[in-house]
Amino acid sequence: MLGLRSCATLAEAAGILSGDRQAVLVGGGTLVMRDVNEGRLTEGTLLRVTDPAFRQLNASGGRIELGAGVTMAQVLASRDLAFLHPAARAIGGPAVRNMATIGGNLFAETPYGDFTVALLALDAQVVVQAGYGTGRGVPLEEFLAGRERGTLPGLITGVQVSRPANPADFRFRKISRVKPKGIAVMSIAAHLPAQGGRIMQARVAYGAMAPVPVRARGVERALEGKTLDAAAIQAAQQAALEGCRPATDAIASEWYRREVLPVHLGRLLAGEAR
Amino acid sequence: MATMEMRKDLFADERDDNLNVVGKGLQRQDMPGHVTGRTRYFDDHGFEGLLHLKIVRSPHAHARIRSIDVSAAERAPGVKRVLRGADVPVNKNTLLSLINFGKDDEPSLAVDKVRYKGEPVVAIIAESEAQALAARKLVRIDYDPLPTVFDVEEALAPGAPTVNETYPGNYFEYHERFDHQKLRFGDVERGFASADIVMEHRYQMSPIEHAPTETNGTIAAPDQNGRYLVHSCAQGLFFSLDTTAKIVGLPSNMLHFVGGTVGGGFGGKVDSLTEPLAVLGAMMTGKPVRFVLDREEEMLYGSPRGAERIYVKDGLMRDGRIVARYIRSYFDAGAYTRLSSYAAIKCTAHVPGPYWIPNVASDIHVAYTNRCPSTAMRGFGVTAVDFALEVQMDRLAEAANMDPMEFRILNAYRDGDMKPHRRAAKNTALIECVQVAAETANWPLSEQARRQTSHTGGAGERGQVPATVIDTKGQIGRPDTRAGTATQTLPAGTMRIPLSKQPVMDGSRDGRAAPTQVPRYEQVSPAITPPAPPPYTSSPYQSTTSPPASQLPPGPPMPAPVPPPAPAAPTQTQHGAVRFSSVFGTRRR
Amino acid sequence: MAKTPVQFRLNGSDRAAFVDAPETLLNTLRRGLGEFAPKYGCGQGTCGVCTVLVDGEPVLSCLTLSVACEGRHVETASGLADGPELHPLQAAFMDHFAAQCGFCTPGMLTAARALLAKNLSPTRDEVIEAISGNICRCTGYEPIVTAILAAANAPGARRA
Repeated sequence: MLGLRSCATLAEAAGILSGDRQAVLVGGGTLVMRDVNEGRLTEGTLLRVTDPAFRQLNASGGRIELGAGVTMAQVLASRDLAFLHPAARAIGGPAVRNMATIGGNLFAETPYGDFTVALLALDAQVVVQAGYGTGRGVPLEEFLAGRERGTLPGLITGVQVSRPANPADFRFRKISRVKPKGIAVMSIAAHLPAQGGRIMQARVAYGAMAPVPVRARGVERALEGKTLDAAAIQAAQQAALEGCRPATDAIASEWYRREVLPVHLGRLLAGEAR
Repeated sequence: MATMEMRKDLFADERDDNLNVVGKGLQRQDMPGHVTGRTRYFDDHGFEGLLHLKIVRSPHAHARIRSIDVSAAERAPGVKRVLRGADVPVNKNTLLSLINFGKDDEPSLAVDKVRYKGEPVVAIIAESEAQALAARKLVRIDYDPLPTVFDVEEALAPGAPTVNETYPGNYFEYHERFDHQKLRFGDVERGFASADIVMEHRYQMSPIEHAPTETNGTIAAPDQNGRYLVHSCAQGLFFSLDTTAKIVGLPSNMLHFVGGTVGGGFGGKVDSLTEPLAVLGAMMTGKPVRFVLDREEEMLYGSPRGAERIYVKDGLMRDGRIVARYIRSYFDAGAYTRLSSYAAIKCTAHVPGPYWIPNVASDIHVAYTNRCPSTAMRGFGVTAVDFALEVQMDRLAEAANMDPMEFRILNAYRDGDMKPHRRAAKNTALIECVQVAAETANWPLSEQARRQTSHTGGAGERGQVPATVIDTKGQIGRPDTRAGTATQTLPAGTMRIPLSKQPVMDGSRDGRAAPTQVPRYEQVSPAITPPAPPPYTSSPYQSTTSPPASQLPPGPPMPAPVPPPAPAAPTQTQHGAVRFSSVFGTRRR
Repeated sequence: MAKTPVQFRLNGSDRAAFVDAPETLLNTLRRGLGEFAPKYGCGQGTCGVCTVLVDGEPVLSCLTLSVACEGRHVETASGLADGPELHPLQAAFMDHFAAQCGFCTPGMLTAARALLAKNLSPTRDEVIEAISGNICRCTGYEPIVTAILAAANAPGARRA
């Protein structure tokens, strides 16, 4: 039968997670409890973390630290995190946002996981605690590649991102068929810092275009050193599908996702309405 | 509140204006319960010792069951009882057996084979949902996968795997004669031959899940007087009661069904998906048993609106009159009949849409495939064919170079028109509906179209039953007869279509079987001179002047006009046909 | 299986239950405490019919562990009326025919209540956003939005 353990410290949870392969961490419940309700998860131990550090949010400086248990509602309540509000608001309705956590979003299977797409375009680091040791930073892209392979490093205690120097350089949009709230046909995040009008170190990420959120490296290359004009946007659109491996699911077909990605990418880059 | 416009100028003489409710705001009696959260749905009842039932479902779309091992599940914590097919007293049923329509073809729990992915095989009853879910994983079923068929026309093709052995040709059997439901009126082949334009298109609909917010479910509890109290989500409570009584082998007065408060149904709660096993569970355990589909089960295995494939073929004159329409349609029943047999009857009753066409024929098939069984949903049998017909009407209007609204007014039924089902159209109103819609949408209509009315232009020649070509295409067990040709021309004025016979009652409890009826045709009056099919009645637009002869299409010489037929008098009353009138489309007279 | 005790306030009254440790709040409310206003609709956080307030914030009780509600205040649609007197939201739902089968209504009312507790003059878009996690399959959203907007302007809307 399924059991439950409440862990007062992150270290305790990390220790159990690395020692017990049947232990599953419950964040907000929006992923794990689904499996419990549908009868997919009937054995093992649910872990619940009551450590306040898990829900701590440090967003005042240039280096932002978000505990893995921070909810979307907490992000939306923080004025310092205004640049992340569009991504947090894209997650569920108000009740889901009161529950769903940043850590959980890292594990949400496609086509879910829109917030992680935003983090990926911000070059986020995932803080991993394996066993009772101390945390170490792992690039989010590396973590996601491991997730796709089925190797998970340990307890995720938080996420670190650098604040964009200019919040207007960060763009996010989720494309869904149901308004105002629907599951993603795809989501796109772009961080396009510019120096002297030229884009330097562009970061573009997609959700629902591969088994896990992925970087759009072709688009990043196409934009590098360019001014964001029509020619650059067209070049980016032509490179849009590089590295994409979208699936056909109940929301959209693989064909449809490939067809509309360049359109939505173009609108995002041009700053147009959906 | 949105305001509703009452058009009192239309059909004023046909309506009683002394209305107490229509057009007025009136508070619903169930509203206080809804807004206070006090409305009790089937699941909103507490019982001491409540047990929970969960289903082990087939992972295969089509497979033989080699063996079922429930021993580990029976020993699992909290498990009170494990049900298999052999535990179900009457483990074969068809919903419409209650009105003697169709053969019993569906088990409550699969025994020898499974015919769709998600078909129930074993039921686990445990003290908690979690325990039932955990025990569900311990049931071992050994399957031998079989070839599958998922396409309606492939299912009817020779050599297709047999989905449901009750219907070995993968089609529902109509009137113990045909592999489809027929409708014949006039002579469509002659109509096509003489038409200026012949157009055929194929229309394909998808299955649609009702997705009620409340999933299907039942709580059944032993009552203090030996009866069972059943809180049911059923949309048709007494339909479900009788279905349950038959399956669990109890007289219906031993079941006390409570319900009628449904958290969304839309047709998806008429199949008694949960009632029989919940009651059986209560009988077997002596405890209250709750059987509720979870969301995934509801979406994947709760029956949807069936997909339909529809071919519409029309003969069109350049002046916009449709002179012949033939419809061939395939309902995807999934693996079992449920209500698809009835959907095909409804579809036939709706052909050819709200239009007067002198030559009409349709062949509506119900095909069995290895899909989830489909069932009722909001106008099922009609909605899809209506979509096909109205898209076709737009295409025809374009081909005739006519405005689509005017095209509909031109071809609309008018009072007194004879329908292919041999009943005169009454209270027709399509013309007025189109006129009001056009007016509301500022859509320009010609003066002539605006002047039309449903009251005039129909009846007369358009009220006659034409001589009708019939055939014996598609006999049961004879796929070779599907390409057959016409065998007989019924004289004009022939009113009755073949009557059905009683179905085989395979799983019937009482064994009552009605005598077999013989199909026959009733003629209104054998003395009538048989005319040829009425070829091209003049358009109602031209009702005051006859069309020039040059506008008449070529055709065989026409006999003299027919005298009006005597009133249709059913010479014999066939008990079965009258009693089951709603299904067969005949009415008590 | 050993049960775990849980205590919380439910619509202003102290309640206690013994639960299976991984049990959801929805199960505890319905099967343990006989509070049937929150419904089961999907068990996956999609439909919103199980929406309750925990310490004033809307959450989905079908995905919330009961033990996580220890010592907190859980409010359901049953707690909306003040004795026999309907809450302005309830009255507005009645006046505007904002329920058809009624199954989504307790969740809708709870989501709307959470909105009005923070924002007494919401825009239409804010109302739509507030109920964006609640599905009405009878497709009655328009009257629901109208009712919530009407209630927002009624006296006593923030009550409770």
